Amino acid sequence: MTQSIIVQVGQCGNQIGCRFWDLALREYAQVNKDGVYDDSIGSFFRNVDSRHEDPANIPLGEGKGKIKSLKARAVLVDMEEGVVSELMKGPLGEVFDCRQLLTDVSGSGNNWATGHKMYGSQYKEQLSEAVRRAAEFCDCLQCFFVIHSMGGGTGSGVGTRILNLLEDDYPDVYRFVTAVYPSAEDDVITSPYNSVLAMRELTNHADCVLPIENQALVDIVNKITQALPPTKSGKRVYGVSPAVKPDSALTTGTAVGSPEEKPFDKMNNLVANLLLNLTSSARFEGSLNIDLNEITMNLVPFPKMHYLVASQTPLYCMADVKVPPRRLDQMFSDAFAKDHQMLKVDPKHSLYLACALMVRGNVELSDIRRNIDRLKPNLNFVHWNEEGWKTGLCSVAPVGQPYSLLTLANNTCIHNTFTDIRDRFTKLFKRKAHLHHYTQVDGMDMSDFTDSLESLNSVIADYYNLEQTMGQPVVMEPRLQIAS
Amino acid sequence: MSVITLQLGQCGNQVGEQTFSTLIDDVYSKSIGVSSQDNHDYIQTCLSTFFSQPESKSRDGSFDLPKARAVLVDMETKAVAQSLQQARKSGKWSYCPEQWYSQKRGSGNNWAYGYCVHGPRSQDDIMNLVRREVEKCDRLGGFINFLSLAGGTGSGVGAFVTQSLRDEYPFSFIVNQVVWPYSTGEVIVQNYNAVLTLSHLYDTADAILVMENDSLHKICSQLLNIKNISFRDINKVIAHKMTSVLQPSLAADLGTKHTCDLGYIVERLTPHPQHKLLTVKNIPQMSDIAKEFSTYQWPGLLKNLRQMLIADSPMEEGINWEVKPATRTESGHTCFNRSISTLLVLRGKETLSLDASMFSDPNIYAPWVPQDLASCVFRQPRWFCGYEKAATLVGNSSASVKPLNKIIDKAWNMFASRAYVHQYLKHGLTEEDFLDSFVSLEKVIDSYTKL
Repeated sequence: MTQSIIVQVGQCGNQIGCRFWDLALREYAQVNKDGVYDDSIGSFFRNVDSRHEDPANIPLGEGKGKIKSLKARAVLVDMEEGVVSELMKGPLGEVFDCRQLLTDVSGSGNNWATGHKMYGSQYKEQLSEAVRRAAEFCDCLQCFFVIHSMGGGTGSGVGTRILNLLEDDYPDVYRFVTAVYPSAEDDVITSPYNSVLAMRELTNHADCVLPIENQALVDIVNKITQALPPTKSGKRVYGVSPAVKPDSALTTGTAVGSPEEKPFDKMNNLVANLLLNLTSSARFEGSLNIDLNEITMNLVPFPKMHYLVASQTPLYCMADVKVPPRRLDQMFSDAFAKDHQMLKVDPKHSLYLACALMVRGNVELSDIRRNIDRLKPNLNFVHWNEEGWKTGLCSVAPVGQPYSLLTLANNTCIHNTFTDIRDRFTKLFKRKAHLHHYTQVDGMDMSDFTDSLESLNSVIADYYNLEQTMGQPVVMEPRLQIAS
Repeated sequence: MSVITLQLGQCGNQVGEQTFSTLIDDVYSKSIGVSSQDNHDYIQTCLSTFFSQPESKSRDGSFDLPKARAVLVDMETKAVAQSLQQARKSGKWSYCPEQWYSQKRGSGNNWAYGYCVHGPRSQDDIMNLVRREVEKCDRLGGFINFLSLAGGTGSGVGAFVTQSLRDEYPFSFIVNQVVWPYSTGEVIVQNYNAVLTLSHLYDTADAILVMENDSLHKICSQLLNIKNISFRDINKVIAHKMTSVLQPSLAADLGTKHTCDLGYIVERLTPHPQHKLLTVKNIPQMSDIAKEFSTYQWPGLLKNLRQMLIADSPMEEGINWEVKPATRTESGHTCFNRSISTLLVLRGKETLSLDASMFSDPNIYAPWVPQDLASCVFRQPRWFCGYEKAATLVGNSSASVKPLNKIIDKAWNMFASRAYVHQYLKHGLTEEDFLDSFVSLEKVIDSYTKL
């Protein structure tokens, strides 16, 4: 089985990463009750004998050895110390060691140029060394998952620098980026600059990007909070959907040992679950596996159109044990609804280029087929890919739920999100506001801005032009004729 | 005579494993309807063809389980491991412990990655395994390769391995059993993969046995009454069809010995290199519960089966009886499913004396086919898989044109906008390779439609 490495960069990236490792451990604790170190757990964790300094891997062997002590296959990068050192002090600190960390003290000051050009060059060797170390522990490295935000300086700047580095050093290893986009009313004034500058790197150097919008996460969290029974003890509220099963929501799972839930934990859990569900089919058994390399193969029709809109359902599950098929069908319907997307977009009214349905748990092939047949009439698919469905079945259900669905859609609606960012960018750029902060950084040039804008424009145009073909009559190219 | 099986990719491994267990289940079936001597011959023929039996007794005096003459190939570990485990769990047969090859990283639905990268890299190892298996055979009857068209490993590595087999064993018979993907949704690039695979197999394999998921799904839901159909159910139907053809039987011109002669099947069914696509129709097929309460008469079964062939119906329900084997229309097209050759396998009661002349009617065959070569009949009085009477028809006919046309349509449409092509070029395929494949399949369609 293959392994993946998580590269978490910046404050946002590390917070999501922290939730990811916590939930990953929780998932394996449920699936792997014997505490055996097997292939599956090996895809994200190393098994080491922690009595040694700089412990080496305990060989996997037959996949029947006991877990001694798990180390995450991760690289943690931040240009300030706060988040990472708190992580190390917390209960999760054990799964990392200090050689996996790279921190500075002064931060990137919400400036992409500081992160990408200055720190990127300054720490080039160390970054490459940290990644190399993690990579050497893998016997078949399949994928890097880079997690960072787009609005700040470190995540967007250093994160995309690492992406470049990964492409140079490991051209055959897939690069999936989970990028958190700022909301329109983001408090970082330069976030449009950072986003657009970082987008050029994502477009050119990532295999696949899962854009996530903060506002969408907030809305989903609110939706769940409303449905969940109140957690305060003593008070029982009657009549308010009492049927929701506790601990089944996608946002569940506070950091182990910390009594207080941090404000972003719920949102970050959503993203962490996304990564777990995305990789589940590659890590566990199922009758129709989806390996990670199949995701790009099936969902990316043209090299630069690799932005996928994700949605996860159900958000929580009901407490009664019986699962009526209607509820299962609801899971599929919700996956296409506007309010379940991890971006503020509406894919249903735009054009699908391709769509993956990754199902976990107690669901049969015929359930998927029935739902595809049911939903398809209401969805628009591009004319050359009218059956653009990729389906996967993983038999291991997520923690707390009998089944779940992750949809990944390559949909033209994403051009709206990108256009918003571009408009915010141009608003600042027209006035040359804050530009000097960037241009004074070594190696930063005005052309970086114009090129990035151009790159973004071309991505927008690619998606937009395809959307315009929606509903238009199609001229088919005639098939080859055999001369008789 | 022994037949070696190659299981390629996830689907190939699942179907292969299922086929072996169906073979074994049939062998040890309780309702046989023949003398124990005849049954013994049947069992021995099946076991020696598809399994190798250890000669010496093991220490506790019992014989070891029969070991499948198979090579398992996949580019990731899960499917192979599962097949090995399933076989072990059955307690009736097993795979040879060393006869499998797997890698860590799958082909990712990318035909080019399978064919251009994994194939050449694994060639030596796989061919070594095949050679080891061949050396165990007294007489090699040929190869059966199980693979699907949609994925990357089965299709890409499968096409490559088939070619290597052809190079290494130029005079052996190679039959590829391909699983045709659902017309909607499993793998998005399935039409590209299918076009590339079929065009390559057409050059290397002797015959291509087509199993369409869409038809199999219908069989599961309408004949077998399965509510939530899983891949396991579908694979069982494939295995049932394969087994009903492959189990020992008696051919009129092959002497009086019950055999499974792959070469004979290939020779009779694919007389022309442009016509290699075979379909398998069988009757009756029902759930185990229904079996006990059903009786069938041979004339009815054969009449249904013949109409299934003419009307190209995948099963006995909903056959279109309007279709008649008529002469050509003025435009030169035929409106029924015209065949080149058929093989009828009759199993069960009264089969030895059964009249099957309705399948040698010259009207259902292409005019250039010599009448005495058009159809042949295999007979086996032993019951099959608990069925008192069972008939199977393997046909080389224009039936495959319709699904093939659909696949080419979609692939060509996608190719016109060059979507996904970059993923293939990345691994060394060129746009010309695509065009060549399209051309060769258009030729296949052309020659089948001209029947």
